[in-house]
Amino acid sequence: MSKLVEKNNKAESSRGVFGEIGVWLLSPSWIVIGVFLLLPVIMMLVYSFLTKEFRGGVIWEPTLAAYDQFIFDRGLFGDEPPVIEWTYITIFARSIWQAALATVFCLLIGFPTAYYIATRPTRSRGVWLFLITIPYWVNLLIRTVSMKFLIRDTGPFNQFLLSTGLIDTPIHMVNTNFAVQLGLFYSYLPFMVLPIYAAVERYNFTLSEAAWDLYADRWTTLRKILMPVVKPGIIAGCILVFVPSLGAFLAPDLLGGAKTFMIGSLIEEQFKGNAGNWPFGAAASMILLTLVLIVLMIYARQQTRTYGGAH
Amino acid sequence: MPNGVLALKEVSINVENNEFFTLLGPSGCGKTTLLRMIAGFETITEGTIKLFGENIERLPANRRPVNTVFQQYALFPHMNVLQNVAFGLNMLGKSDIEAKSTAQRMLDMVQLGQYADRKPSQLSGGQQQRVALARALAPSPKLLLLDEPLSALDLKLRQAMRVELKQIQEELGITFIFVTHDQEEALTMSDRIAVMSNGEIQQIGTGKEIYESPGNVFVADFIGETNLLNARVQSSNEEEAICLIGKDTALTCSFTEPVSNDDSVTVSIRPERIALSKVSTSKKHAGIKGTVKRFAYLGTDTQCMLELEDGTDINVRVQNAHHNATDFTIGESAYIEIDPGAARILLN
Amino acid sequence: MSNSLAKKVTDVRRYPGFFSLTILCMVLLYTPLIIVTIYSFNDSRSITAWGGFSLRWYNDIFFGLEAAKFKTAAWNSISIAIMAGTSATIIATSAAIGMIRGNPFSGKSLSFGLINLPLMVPEIVTAVATLIFFSAIGFTRGYLSILIAHVVFCIPFAYLPIAARLEGIERRYEEAAIDLYASRWQAFTKVLMPLMAPGILSGFLLAFIISLDDFIITNFVKGAGVETLPTAIFGSVRQGIKPNIMALSTLMLMVSIFFVSLSYYINRMGERTK
Repeated sequence: MSKLVEKNNKAESSRGVFGEIGVWLLSPSWIVIGVFLLLPVIMMLVYSFLTKEFRGGVIWEPTLAAYDQFIFDRGLFGDEPPVIEWTYITIFARSIWQAALATVFCLLIGFPTAYYIATRPTRSRGVWLFLITIPYWVNLLIRTVSMKFLIRDTGPFNQFLLSTGLIDTPIHMVNTNFAVQLGLFYSYLPFMVLPIYAAVERYNFTLSEAAWDLYADRWTTLRKILMPVVKPGIIAGCILVFVPSLGAFLAPDLLGGAKTFMIGSLIEEQFKGNAGNWPFGAAASMILLTLVLIVLMIYARQQTRTYGGAH
Repeated sequence: MPNGVLALKEVSINVENNEFFTLLGPSGCGKTTLLRMIAGFETITEGTIKLFGENIERLPANRRPVNTVFQQYALFPHMNVLQNVAFGLNMLGKSDIEAKSTAQRMLDMVQLGQYADRKPSQLSGGQQQRVALARALAPSPKLLLLDEPLSALDLKLRQAMRVELKQIQEELGITFIFVTHDQEEALTMSDRIAVMSNGEIQQIGTGKEIYESPGNVFVADFIGETNLLNARVQSSNEEEAICLIGKDTALTCSFTEPVSNDDSVTVSIRPERIALSKVSTSKKHAGIKGTVKRFAYLGTDTQCMLELEDGTDINVRVQNAHHNATDFTIGESAYIEIDPGAARILLN
Repeated sequence: MSNSLAKKVTDVRRYPGFFSLTILCMVLLYTPLIIVTIYSFNDSRSITAWGGFSLRWYNDIFFGLEAAKFKTAAWNSISIAIMAGTSATIIATSAAIGMIRGNPFSGKSLSFGLINLPLMVPEIVTAVATLIFFSAIGFTRGYLSILIAHVVFCIPFAYLPIAARLEGIERRYEEAAIDLYASRWQAFTKVLMPLMAPGILSGFLLAFIISLDDFIITNFVKGAGVETLPTAIFGSVRQGIKPNIMALSTLMLMVSIFFVSLSYYINRMGERTK
């Protein structure tokens, strides 16, 4: 009797056509992303611990000043007793709050939309999906400028309301937190719809039928069956809205003002604007990156639990 | 004349020249892996594969004079039928005219000459199957590998293709190694069959050999239907053994390897080699009696399940042309008679 | 009970109100774009009042005072998008084959993370890091630094559709090619690449649009004097929205829509040839 050694994993035992050169095929992407993104991020980390030079750039002297500046005010020359400095903490808190709020609003509109599209017949589904995809790819700058144009005090929105006689004086929106919120919501709404759509499209409606059969009503079925099953899609959508909202620059910059400052504008100001404090900008970027990585790690753990570690 | 010799570390098979050789087994038994090793898609860590005396196991797949008919055909969807069939010849550096004319000839052979300009997606499953065959045969391989090529076809087409495949193989005189999990397919076409399970070769032989003299329980159970009964050896000589089934039913059995008294063994009896009657006609072992428990009418024959007096269940197949098994009613007593030589002691 | 009412009651898929919310979603997404498109045809010099239909602002982009600036910016944007899109597509195609067809090795999942790193790092952080990097190595910021930065963040966008397409192609096609005596390179060019073509093309188009649209990273890594269309527009709107910017925006909108439609169409064609 003879024995053929069978390996359990087919892919492992397969020689394949491109199997042996796989590493070579991957190496260009490693090099490009490694040198021009990973390395720069590491350098940014280093920069955040260096001393600022007043006209941009750094002095190679290690210090924790950039991080210290976040929390404490030590006076103009750094020799006064530390007082808690709320400016930057407020900016971060506002950013998190605005991003969270945008996520909630996007979910409230995005979920029903995604669901509605996913339950259309195949033909019209393609058209709906296409309509959602277009804003996704349209230049964010142009979209934000368009929004600003629409909601200006003298913009078409206010003009329309004035002409209908609903209001007497224009509603002031630009430079308010509301405008920034509207901008974030509007910017990232398609990001919420697409992953939820993908999840609902795969949803097996026999599950809903089974729930009805067992006396659940429409909304109970939604809450207890459909939403838990498509949860990975919902979470993915929330991340795709929350993460870019947190670091958003265009919406707060174009639609907001000094009172609606978010992390993105703060960082930009350190490099492009008048502040010119590179270590501080690098430190703010590091804190933002850390926040994002924490969110992504929670997401990854969630996915592992949902799919039993398969992904 | 053993020309094509195949050997692996512990699986070792010799395929004769011009032979239709089948690897048969359930899914996951290793038959496809073995085929892919021969084709060159799986690396073998130890051992050799020889083709006409030449070692080929270190050659990449594109330098082995072996071609494969893939399971779902793998016809290149972006090329038309003729380009598909000519592909191998082009790769071998044949001139375009030569490749095209050979390809056209191969298409004519599989009766698809007029479909040369079509895309594979415009053909039916059976036609795609023939194109795949023509494509693999066009470079005149020394050995053709077929990986369950008929499994995607419906029953009628599959039966027709079996005959056609066998004819083409005989006409061309090329060695075929055919992988299938369908025993009927294996039995109709093959010169020899290797039954595989768990990465092991269980038995190699002609269809008749493996059906009538299965080497072990797996082969007996996998090929056709059988009754597998636990038995105890009562006495034995060089040719046969008397075994006790249940408490008191004695049977004369043949065996593959000698047994000694009191051994616990498994006895296999094919259901069609058992006769069923209302009165005992046996002289040798007077009346193995049982009760009819269930019938299943299967067209050409009827399957009948009996419970013997000691509680053993046994299946009997009665041909509807000769008998009428439905003469019996459920719960009625019946006698069974086992053909001489039909009971066989098998190794587990 | 009428048929339609009965259907409303018994359809498990139907949720009342969802249709209205979908319409609301569409209105929210499209109103600003449509309004700007309409006003780009406004004859009036004031952006507030409607002064009749006119193409004067389109004329202004091409022949007006700022025409030269826009022309240079457009040329920079398009040439960078073509080069960055092409490089990113080549790198992503190679990486996709390595990821999906390559033998497993330790660090393969790490490699997947690396390819997707540009998607995970917030854009503004990428911008800061790249700026610091170029400044630290003393690389003069300008056209080339924009191009390099664009290649990096376009890779994952090109990778996604290419990898998705490749995953749908079974290994037996390239195996059949090898079985029929093709070399590895021939198996790629003659079999795998034609089969992957819709994915590669739509990967290129997405990378192209992403590069064309990018503002934040470009804004950081561009040197003085080098502008792309988005940075030129941004610079202009900081002083207020002018009608010529609306015309320019509308043109860019049309370009984006055209490319997304093209990518969508190619994918649909691709579905049919699977």
